Amino acid sequence: MGAESSPKIAIVDESPIRAAILEEGLREAGFTDVVRISEMQSLLSRIYALDPDVIVIDLENPSRDILEQMFQVSRAVRRPIAMFVDQSDAASIQASVDAGVSAYIVDGLKKERLKPILDLCISRFNAFSKLQDELDRTKSALEDRKVIDRAKGILMKLKGLSEEEAYVLLRSTAMREKKKIGEIAQSILTASELLK
Amino acid sequence: MTKPLHIGFIPLIDAAALIVAVDKGFTEAEGLDVSLVREVSWSNVRDKLNIGLFDAAHLLAPVAIASSLGLGHIKVPIVAPFNLSLNGNAITVSSALHAAIMAELDGDRFDPMATALALSRVVATRRKNGAEPLTFGMTFPFSTHNYQLRFWMATGGIDPDEDVRLVVLPPPYMVESIASGQIDGFCVGAPWNSIAVDRGVGQILHFASDILARAAEKVLAIRQDWSEKNPEPVAALVRAASRAAEFVERSKNRAEVARILARPEYVGVDADVILRTLEGRLKISADGTVREISRYLLVGREGAPRPDPVQAAWLYAQMVRWGQAAISSEALTTATAVFRPDLYDAALRIRGEAHRDGPDSVRAFAGPAFDPADLGGYLTSFKVSRRLP
Repeated sequence: MGAESSPKIAIVDESPIRAAILEEGLREAGFTDVVRISEMQSLLSRIYALDPDVIVIDLENPSRDILEQMFQVSRAVRRPIAMFVDQSDAASIQASVDAGVSAYIVDGLKKERLKPILDLCISRFNAFSKLQDELDRTKSALEDRKVIDRAKGILMKLKGLSEEEAYVLLRSTAMREKKKIGEIAQSILTASELLK
Repeated sequence: MTKPLHIGFIPLIDAAALIVAVDKGFTEAEGLDVSLVREVSWSNVRDKLNIGLFDAAHLLAPVAIASSLGLGHIKVPIVAPFNLSLNGNAITVSSALHAAIMAELDGDRFDPMATALALSRVVATRRKNGAEPLTFGMTFPFSTHNYQLRFWMATGGIDPDEDVRLVVLPPPYMVESIASGQIDGFCVGAPWNSIAVDRGVGQILHFASDILARAAEKVLAIRQDWSEKNPEPVAALVRAASRAAEFVERSKNRAEVARILARPEYVGVDADVILRTLEGRLKISADGTVREISRYLLVGREGAPRPDPVQAAWLYAQMVRWGQAAISSEALTTATAVFRPDLYDAALRIRGEAHRDGPDSVRAFAGPAFDPADLGGYLTSFKVSRRLP
């Protein structure tokens, strides 16, 4: 690797979406040499063949232990690899573990060159978790809407209400009981199931 | 109730004392509020313990020592006031390799000296025929599995770094990898050996207790600084784990323990397989052959829970033998100080030295008796080694 060229970065992640987000971020930041590995079979030999300067792996990946072997002296290792962290980097480990990502650096790459890469990975991993949370929230909002529609239908049928009246009843009950409309709707569904 | 404690574990049977302590309410009875956190890799457990996301962890004994010595990672002093298990590993080989070893065997098939010599003949024949070297899986560079495989092979004259390949594999991938022919054998803890046998893809060649009579396997690991600042919770954890370890060993409780461990939030495998492990009665080949050894896995028996510094010294000696650590008396002192029988005794109000082992508590099947006072002399007696210059 020349001093000015872009380091080769391998992303080991079984989540294709997160890996894509990470790769895009790295490319935008000018790191053009990025390879994604999503297949965990014979991971070590793939990494040896790729010969990356930096390896980024997600912490949900059991294969992280496989990478630890690279620090061991063995005839299989073409050039020794050391984790970028040393005694001074406890804060970096904390930030990366919190984000759910870990990075390894190949001997020879200067430590200061890793810092922007790791910072970027951490922020992209955090962005991905946020995205995931939002997705979960949207999903549960959708779920709620379905439940509310069904509860309205039950109220309309049982009490001869219009759709709007049924909704007003749900909302006022929720306010009175300091609960979410979705929760009141769910209890109507449960009750009607029990009373069938 | 003290503030909530987060304790990491890997889904393995040898986390039994920890899981039972929490699930049966023994930690709660000690005034502790414990959440167990299931993890996917030893690297994660180590890192989360080191940075304080975990207050304690189910950890490979050699990782606790490596962390205290700063090997392979940043240096974070760890203490082990409780030994969660002794032994419990086994070496499983593919049916093809098993047949090859048996064809070369001169002696008893459960004699590790005989199998090691047979393996060495298999390796020599393969080399002569230009075949790929045999590949063995183990769980972590700093693991008893790594050292047990190496000790066994090297006794037969095999250089584990030259004549075969040793690769790290996460335990849940072992069975799949031997089935697909990626590896020829592995050394791993329960339940994975039994699962390979049940699936008909391998045979258990040795229990690790064939190789070492007693080997510290998993410890309850705590950061040294945290343990110094929180002596009461540490003592309470030791008492809860001790009660659980005894509970696990009572035969009338075994079915219940197996059911608890089988739950998906803990180990998540069939209760039947777990029961076989706890009873030390393992099916070793698909034809149904069963081998029974009471010391296959020791959790709360024979003094297993009391940390034994001789065990820590032996593990450090393996790190030196295989080039992971340089030899020094300071490092030896640091390594042995990880195992804290004093904290164990204080928590359980034991006076004097209970369950005192002889000087060589490891009792390997080959080599001289282990003497921590003469590490250099002990190590010189092994022909195959990879000492640092």
